[in-house]
Amino acid sequence: MDLQTLQIIWFVLVAVLFTGYFILEGFDFGVGILLPFMGKDDLERRAVINTIGPFWDGNEVWLITAGGAIFAAFPHWYATLFSGFYLALLLMLVALIFRGLAFEYRSKRDSSAWRSFWDWSIFLGSAIPALLWGVAMANFIRGVPIDASMNYTGGFFNLLNPYALACGLASLSVFTLHGAVFLTLKTTDKLHERAMGLAKKLWIPATVLSLVFGVYTYFETDISTRLGVNPGAIPIFSVLSLLSVIVLLNKGASGWAFVMTAISIAFSTITIFMGLFPRVLVSSTNSDWSLTIYNASSSQYTLGIMTTVAAIFVPIVLLYQGWSYWVFRQRISKDSKMEY
Amino acid sequence: MGARGFFIVVTTNNNTSTSQQSIMDTLFLARLQFALTSVFHFFFVPLTLGLSIFTAIMETAWVRTGKEKYRQLAKFWGHLFLINFAIGVVTGIVMEFQFGMNWSQYSRFVGDIFGVPLAIEALLAFFLESTFLGIWVFGWDRLPKGLHAAAIWLVAIGSNLSALWILVANSFMQSPVGFHMAADGSRAEMTSFSELLFNPYVWLQFPHVITAGIATGGFLVIAVSAWHLMKKTRDEEQFRTSLRFGAIYAFIGSLLVTLAGHTQMQEMVHNQPMKVAAAEALWHSENPASFSLFTVGDEKKMEDVFSIRIPGMLSFLAYNNFSGEVKGISELQEEAVAKYGPGDYIPSVITAYWSFRFMVGAGTLMLLAAAVALFKVIREDYTFDKLTSALLLSAFILPFIASSAGWILTEMGRQPWIVVGLLKTEQAVTPASVVSSSELLTSVVVFTLIYSALTLVDVLLLKKYAMAGLHGAE
Repeated sequence: MDLQTLQIIWFVLVAVLFTGYFILEGFDFGVGILLPFMGKDDLERRAVINTIGPFWDGNEVWLITAGGAIFAAFPHWYATLFSGFYLALLLMLVALIFRGLAFEYRSKRDSSAWRSFWDWSIFLGSAIPALLWGVAMANFIRGVPIDASMNYTGGFFNLLNPYALACGLASLSVFTLHGAVFLTLKTTDKLHERAMGLAKKLWIPATVLSLVFGVYTYFETDISTRLGVNPGAIPIFSVLSLLSVIVLLNKGASGWAFVMTAISIAFSTITIFMGLFPRVLVSSTNSDWSLTIYNASSSQYTLGIMTTVAAIFVPIVLLYQGWSYWVFRQRISKDSKMEY
Repeated sequence: MGARGFFIVVTTNNNTSTSQQSIMDTLFLARLQFALTSVFHFFFVPLTLGLSIFTAIMETAWVRTGKEKYRQLAKFWGHLFLINFAIGVVTGIVMEFQFGMNWSQYSRFVGDIFGVPLAIEALLAFFLESTFLGIWVFGWDRLPKGLHAAAIWLVAIGSNLSALWILVANSFMQSPVGFHMAADGSRAEMTSFSELLFNPYVWLQFPHVITAGIATGGFLVIAVSAWHLMKKTRDEEQFRTSLRFGAIYAFIGSLLVTLAGHTQMQEMVHNQPMKVAAAEALWHSENPASFSLFTVGDEKKMEDVFSIRIPGMLSFLAYNNFSGEVKGISELQEEAVAKYGPGDYIPSVITAYWSFRFMVGAGTLMLLAAAVALFKVIREDYTFDKLTSALLLSAFILPFIASSAGWILTEMGRQPWIVVGLLKTEQAVTPASVVSSSELLTSVVVFTLIYSALTLVDVLLLKKYAMAGLHGAE
């Protein structure tokens, strides 16, 4: 395959990894954010955590793989992004550290102060990345100050512009809704009722904030004028699937509602990546200084090797990860045997 | 070599954007952070590597014999494995991210090569490990026995595979192969994936790291089992079995890690002579070369102040022969200047020398302690006098000392290079205009505080569940 085809393949693969990451970790972020609202006592909180017990770590590997894929396929993207978004990433790392340990350590001691500390870790460790991912995606598409030698020249507060914050609130609310719908699928009795009530309430801010973000994007970015790749009706479908969630929830069709929140997340992510293409980081300083799949990529040989590896192992990973969801498909109740 | 062109490019960039002083600051802080986070990370990882296999062995014994004690032991050791695993995972994410955060120039220079094993590690190892760990932890009552045991084997394979891929990446930094310089000199590019994977350095490091993991796991098993037997807590029979397996496991690990280390040393004499010379404080070439037992040296004057040496021993370690020239630091410095131009090519001798001694010293004690444990279980002697109690209970610290010292030697002994012969560490750091020294300092402080607290929590939880015995894990 020629270099350009490989560069496009890897852009698509990175987009797929981010989409998968947002769908999968999206609902376990949501569950973490809803923990204080779902669980009225320790046993209920344990049940809520156990709904994502077998999955959260595998979901997080999607991020690690996306990071590795960017490093291998687009080293300049990796270098500019990770050094440029420094403090935001530091914050995200701290959040993910506490969150990951919280699942494992929370029930290891029978002290309410201990458990409450880790419950807060789960809540903040989920809410902070859920917000920051929206902020990051918005800045990708809006553009950040990047100089001619691909170095980020802004500071931490450049990232916190109103547009990015709007996107952050949208991702926060959509992931929380996604998590609530997931909980309606995985719980019984009181917990199930509570999850259903929360999902219906959360649908309103998630929809409103997503629409605000969509309209804001139209004015704030070059997505509508430049059109890297015309996303066509994809953003429309993203909105429609989000709108259908309330109808499905009212019918009690939780499974379909979950499919719809997943589709909405996927289509929004895809829209952003299509708007970006072929750029990977937009320079707001000078459009010629944007990082693109052409000036940021690895060599043809390296991309070729990576393509072979991905072609063999991505299907295998999808197969066994899918199987793990099948093994643990049943609902969790307060009487279930809980590992966490 | 085209590398020279790159150095000029980088220097120009730095001069235009930042002052020399601030580069020194960020360089120091970035190195400090890397040292701290990697030593912390590798504090937990060997135990993860070793305990995953040990747990899998216990569960396999259960599947094959049907004996309840093996199931209990698999749960017990699996529980300690999990406590430790979690912290290995979260500190691992920091490792992957900090190359881009603190070492952006490095990432640009070697991403074409170095990023590949990192991406493959995630795809092949981390998915396997994390998914099947979830299946194992939550699947005790849901999966048939055999399939459940297969899950923990897949976790163990995943953990140990991840070590392989990260060592493929590290070995490129130690001994770059399978690459050429890009036409414009801006970066190194991969020319052969198989050369990268079959880099001889990988296959010296990988067995050394895996067997270190086995030894680390083995000594923890010995210490905890022996403690339960000494205190006569319940479950005596189970902990005797555990001690038997642990002693064999630790002995195999200690023996193999020593042999693997010895082989690695012999290769390094050819491959990284400066690291060997620094580890030995060998100021000048010698033939036959003596081995230093204890040296106080003067790094500036490059001479010994005081030294006890065994004649010919270093030649023997290097070549299995009591004669043979081992090159000294000053000769190697001259060679490096001739090859790469003016500069200081000598790593910190005192660091290399003492880290090597701590590693080898701890390794020797490990072999001794494992032999004592093995001797006792072979004789089915489960009584412990004061000396053996002290030895078996404290020996689990030794592998941690050896691992930390080993990594300090490996990484510090490579200086001033980040990739030997291609890129110097000072050229690899993120420009101070992008990440300021105050941002880096924040990051160093945050990680140091968090990691210290978490290490304490990890150790206390391990202690709690180790002492609680088998029923604590049910």
